Amino acid sequence: MYVYNDFDEAFVRERVAQFRGQVERRIDGSLTEDEFKPLRLMNGLYLQLHAYMLRVAVPYGTLNAAQMRQLAYIADRWDKGYGHFTTRQNIQYNWPKLQDVPDMLEALADVGMHAIQTSGNTIRNVTADHFAGAAMDEIEDPRPIAELLRQWSTDHPEFQFLPRKFKIAVTGSENDRAVTKAHDIGLRMVRNDAGEPGFEVIVGGGLGRTPMVGKVLRDFLPKADLLPYCEAIVSVYNLLGRRDNKYKARIKITVHENGMEKIRDLVDARFAEISKGFAGHDQALLEQITASFAPPAFVIKSTDGFEAARLANPAFRSWTDTNLSPHKADGYAIVSISIKKHGATPGDATSDQMRVMADLAAKYGHNELRISHAQNVILPHVHKSDLAKVYAALREADLATANIGLASDIIACPGMDYCALATARSIPIAQDIATRFDELKIEHDIGQLKIKISGCINACGHHHVGHIGILGLDRAGVENYQITLGGDGTETTTIGERAGPGFSADEIVPAIERLVTGYLDLRKDADETFLQTYRRLGMAPFKTILYPSEDKADAA
Amino acid sequence: MARKFTPKVITANALLGGDAVWLTEDDRWTRDIREAELITDEAHGDLRLLEAQARAHEIAGAYLADAVAGRNGPEPTHFREAFRTRGPSNYTHGKQAELS
Repeated sequence: MYVYNDFDEAFVRERVAQFRGQVERRIDGSLTEDEFKPLRLMNGLYLQLHAYMLRVAVPYGTLNAAQMRQLAYIADRWDKGYGHFTTRQNIQYNWPKLQDVPDMLEALADVGMHAIQTSGNTIRNVTADHFAGAAMDEIEDPRPIAELLRQWSTDHPEFQFLPRKFKIAVTGSENDRAVTKAHDIGLRMVRNDAGEPGFEVIVGGGLGRTPMVGKVLRDFLPKADLLPYCEAIVSVYNLLGRRDNKYKARIKITVHENGMEKIRDLVDARFAEISKGFAGHDQALLEQITASFAPPAFVIKSTDGFEAARLANPAFRSWTDTNLSPHKADGYAIVSISIKKHGATPGDATSDQMRVMADLAAKYGHNELRISHAQNVILPHVHKSDLAKVYAALREADLATANIGLASDIIACPGMDYCALATARSIPIAQDIATRFDELKIEHDIGQLKIKISGCINACGHHHVGHIGILGLDRAGVENYQITLGGDGTETTTIGERAGPGFSADEIVPAIERLVTGYLDLRKDADETFLQTYRRLGMAPFKTILYPSEDKADAA
Repeated sequence: MARKFTPKVITANALLGGDAVWLTEDDRWTRDIREAELITDEAHGDLRLLEAQARAHEIAGAYLADAVAGRNGPEPTHFREAFRTRGPSNYTHGKQAELS
């Protein structure tokens, strides 16, 4: 893992000291809220419905055990003993007091973390495949590139006042687990005809009020050109992007309005202009960074105990069936720890749970943890012979829910329980849906199903790319939930289609239940997923299931 | 035709804690909406909002929110404002824990 060098350390400490002074001046009345707001946002501090909220960057979702323990400490010392993992692989604290935030940032700096550029019209935390460095299908670990982008984008003087926020995601695999096509820039590692690794560069993706699937700007970009090429893209966007209307300011609109040809020409021209200036410094830096991401020393030992434990313990077997993914090293597995216990808040972990996960990473996981965009925590490198012990410890900590990728593994934004922008609540809907599927005991039979809930049109809950998406709106002063179907956030990214009129808070859970049990009758066989069935049959049969009374009315 | 003015309260977030507060008739910030001043006159509301916004060292983001007269004082009319009087629905945190 990358460890801060003296420059990073000094920079982050200086930022904390600056912010401490800014907070003092806000409290003593020297700064008004209008003056203070851009300063606090630059440091990840929002003001929400009931309290401030501090959004801490987890760069490309990677943490070590000490960092996770520090996140737990911060939760206990200055918050209410828990943290919320987000769809951008970050962690949010929902209850900080303004006067405590500089101390919280200082505590983060102690473990090489910060909250810089987790808000504002800047390049945000670069996200990555949460299985990076472990996935069997990976060409290369994408995190060195992500770290290079983090260093380049942090406090980049040209890009502190972009037309709008700017999000970059990177994956080293052909199977896209980083939703790269829904980002301002998506980088997907591919090989060229000569077998050399490089990147497919995707631009102009994004969800929000105008969802768009990113388009390919370059089929194959050599790795060595990546940084100047990304700088060229952001630079072109910085000048061309609209500043007259914040709803038309994201690069997806810039691409849409100007056309890919023009963007490509401008980016190429800008690239030709600036690339020489990089003079190989970026490559020297990348080499150093890459060395710090050297794979752990994987051990070779028997996995017999794992198979025996699976046979002996059905609960363990069920958990291994859903929560493990194939690892590139022999005898290893990737463990997804579900932060989606039925009925609990998606993505919320208590400080005790964070410490348990940190301990497991230190003891059995080569000191690494990941946060996934699906709001779960990953132990990327666990030897199969240790899985039974890991499972037992997780069970003890109420972290052993066997539901990864299933109906109750729901993504939900904080919604109107916390967020000042929300138009409806998301969390209670997620809790009720998960509880209901647990009562019905059918989610293993249903199989792979991604339900994603956003509490407003900004789509932090990725509802557009949920197989079932739910969007909470305010309809004449009442919470109302719209359903979209057929969304997909992988390499075959698709924006879901609106099913019809929305449902009230009381109606939405029965509607989802109808939809899913209806799918069980529609599918060809047990192997056909919800998404496959939807793609085969289209909207019509699902619409009939969702709106049965309307159907009767039509027939009459 | 101008829209009829509906009763309002002035609300904001407390500067340090960030929690919802309401302005009382005697110029205090209260954490209980029932103690808030219910404003029924538009011009008075605009004036009170200016006064509230001037108190930048105590609060942030003051605005006028719809309310109605209830038995024990003003009550919110919109669910968003109702949530601000209670706190989140997933944990007993915020006002619902502090005021009960």
